[in-house]
Order: sequence, then C-alpha cells, then structure tokens
Amino acid sequence: MKLAICAGPATTGKTAVLRHIIRKLQDSGQRVAFLKIDVQYAEEDEQFAREFGIPTRKVYSGELCPDHCNVMVLGDALQWARKAESDVLLVETAGLCLRCSPYVDGGLGLIVLEATSGMNLPLKVGPMLSLADVAVVTKIDRVSQAEREVFRARIQDVAPGVRIREVNALYGIGIDPLVDHIRAQADAEESMLLRGNPPVGTCTICVGKKEIGWQSHFGVVRALDNQTFYRGE
Amino acid sequence: MIDTITILTGFGRSGELEAVPRIDLKMGDVVSIVGPTGSGKTTFINDIELFADANTPTGRRILINGERPPVEYRDDPARNPIALITQHTTFLSDLPVNEFLHTHARIRITNLAERETAIERTLSFANQLTGEPIALESRMTELSGGQTRALLIADATIICNTPIVLLDEVENAGIHRTRALELLRQYRKIFIFVTHDPRIALLSDYRIVMQRGRITQVLHTDAEERQLASVVSRLDDILSSLRDKIRLGERLTSLELEGVA
Repeated sequence: MKLAICAGPATTGKTAVLRHIIRKLQDSGQRVAFLKIDVQYAEEDEQFAREFGIPTRKVYSGELCPDHCNVMVLGDALQWARKAESDVLLVETAGLCLRCSPYVDGGLGLIVLEATSGMNLPLKVGPMLSLADVAVVTKIDRVSQAEREVFRARIQDVAPGVRIREVNALYGIGIDPLVDHIRAQADAEESMLLRGNPPVGTCTICVGKKEIGWQSHFGVVRALDNQTFYRGE
Repeated sequence: MIDTITILTGFGRSGELEAVPRIDLKMGDVVSIVGPTGSGKTTFINDIELFADANTPTGRRILINGERPPVEYRDDPARNPIALITQHTTFLSDLPVNEFLHTHARIRITNLAERETAIERTLSFANQLTGEPIALESRMTELSGGQTRALLIADATIICNTPIVLLDEVENAGIHRTRALELLRQYRKIFIFVTHDPRIALLSDYRIVMQRGRITQVLHTDAEERQLASVVSRLDDILSSLRDKIRLGERLTSLELEGVA
C-alpha cells in the first residue's frame, strides 16, 4: 500500500486537488482510503465517502498540534487502511505550523500552494515546503505572469529538489503527473520516521503557563534582542 | 527555438467535431479568437496555456514544432514559453512598480545592463498603451485598470519575453489598441487575442470563430477587410475622443462627427 500526505495552508485547494487524484486513481482501478486531520472542523471525509464510496476517517487534533496528531495516529491509520485492503492511503492535513512538516520517509509528501498568496509565501512556509516531494501550485490564472514566475522561482530557491506542478483544480488539468508520482511511490513500511526535525524543546506555554514575557518562563526561552541565543536548557 | 504551435482540434459541447482538423500558428502571427459569450474562447486559450493533451473537456492537443511539448516547459519557470493575461489576471503585489519590475526581471534576465534596459523598455511600452503615465515609485496596487493592463502586457512581452502571448479580452480596460498591435508586431512572437473588438479582429492576420464550444471557421483577413480596418479604426478613434472629451467635462459639437454622419 502506498502513502501520500498532503499539506498546505487553508483554502489553497488541497481538497479540490485530492478529489481529482482520487477520481483518477479509482479510474485506474486503485482502491483508495482517505484520512483527514484537522484542528476543529472538516467534512471532506463525508464528501469523499459519498462521492467515491471509499473508506474515510477524520481526526480532530483539538488542542494538539495537527502535525503532532499526525505522528500519533498515522500508525493506526496505516493498519486501518491495510485492513480495508486499500492500495493507496491519502492523508490530508491542515498545515498550520510553519516550523514542522507532516511528511514521513516512505510516503509521498505533497504541498498545495496557491499562486494568489503572494510572491513571498514560498519563503515563509519552511519545512512544509522544503521537505515536500512535490509542490502543487493552484489558481495560476489569477495572478500576473510576473508573480507566477517569481512564485515558482522562489519555490525553487527554497526547495531546489521539489518538483513543481501547476494545476487547474477546476478542470483537473495537470493532475495526471501527481497520480503518476503516487503510483511510482514504494509501498509504505510497517515502521516509518518523520522526515523533518521537530521544533526544539518542551515548552512551558504548551504545559499551560500563560504569562507574557520570557522572564516568566524557563527551559527554552528567547528575548526580542539576541535572536539566535537560546537561554536556559 | 519555437517556430510553430499546432492545435489538433477536438469537439464542441454537443460532441460535434470542430470544423478544421488542425490550426498551425507561426512565429509573427497575430490571431484573434472571436465568438459570442460562452462560446468557448477562454477554454481554447486555457487549452493552449496548459498544453492540453486530450485531457481537457475539448479533447484538443497542443504541439510545439509539431511535437509534444517537452516536460521542462512545465517544470522550469524560465523555460515556459507561454505568457497568459486573462480577464481575471491582476497584480497582487503592493511593491512599488520599480521594485516589482526588478523582482521579476531578476529571475528572467541575469545580465545587469540588459535587465535595466528591459525594465526601461517595459515602462516605456506600457506608457504608450495608457493615457496616464505610470510612475516607477507608485505602488502596484495604486495603478488604474488601464495602467495595470498596459503593464501586464508590457511585462509579459518584454521581461517574460516568451514566444507566445495569450491575451484574453484586453480591450476592456482602456488601452490604445492600435498602438498596442503596432508595438506588439515589432516583437516576433505569436499573439493570440480573445476579443469582441472589431478593431483588434481586423488588425489580426486571421480569426478563429467559435460557437458552442467548437471552432466553426478560420477566416483570414481579406483585402476588403484590410481596407475596412482603417475606417473602423477611424470610427473607433472618434468614439475614443468623444469619450475623452466627456471625461474631461467638455461639450460635444456636430464637428466631432464630421465625415461620419
């Protein structure tokens, strides 16, 4: 069974892209399972179950970071999809944290970005882009040729090894290469490793200490000045 | 080096085959796509822009120099041969014009002197298309509709310098169209206009006529139409000058229409 994990900021067209991918995978006789990881609301699982009659699941990460949640549930999800005799497990996850990435070694990492989000976006999304295998760019007819070109060049600057695929998610044009990438993927192993390094440290804020200002915290803290220096440990 | 784009045609919405099996566009061609609203003009342009390969609703296929376009056209920003300006296309950036043009030019033109020349030429090209000159220090978001359209065309033609430029209904935003076609003809490219404008249609080498999603005719501009083109331009100029005078709060007199009415 193959695994593909799809991340990207909200409203970029992840679901529209995945819808075309599922249709094309089904047309070629592949059995697809779908897992959606979101923070507090999602209905893609119900839509896809209705539209394609495929096994789908959803997980709300709630107070947990979605990428953290992904690490926790992915093992179970693989077992679930294997049990359902799926050929491909597609995971869609809300990419909220620009410090992490949800991709694992042994699964295809897809990021969906919209050309309309401004020329600097590729420089801002960090490992979610740089650790992906394929960057899918949507809404390409909405921006000037200049911005579209700069957007692509900046993806290449940040992530020279990432394949860029421009798609029209309305017509489903440019989807075939994405399906080819998934099908060329090696089968997912029983045990897998997260591809990126998680952010540093255990955090006092995460455990519920809400006072503003580094003076109130311990462990890994940082002042406005001296940005590279981590105080404490 | 691109010499031709070939469109192997498909079928319309009713499934009927298009009237011609193929259309070959050669470098230097200026072509118009005409037809009623909803007849499939924009879809035609999208097919070209996305190198349709029988994978769009029309079943059309696009060939470059008689062959399937190489994959690098999709993968490498600097090698994509097509610039597209649609009705929805706009600038989103709020950078000053000068900084914006430099940002774009940096990824297209490595030689510093060439880059500066290209930026100057882009601005001068754009300013010949619009009544209100664009200042290098104004912000992109402050440009008027006409200035934006003019700069989109100039940037695509000069900085992108792609061999193929697709323009979807550019007439709607108040640019000097005859001047635009004169200037564009100086560049050896393929220009494809989606248009409702008789002036642009008659200044084209030929026009592709669309109806209900299919190509029904390819009409080459004939000698009579060429003669008409100058009359149409004159009429159009009279209308533009009337529009300008009304904009400036002037009164119109019967003198304006002398030689017409």
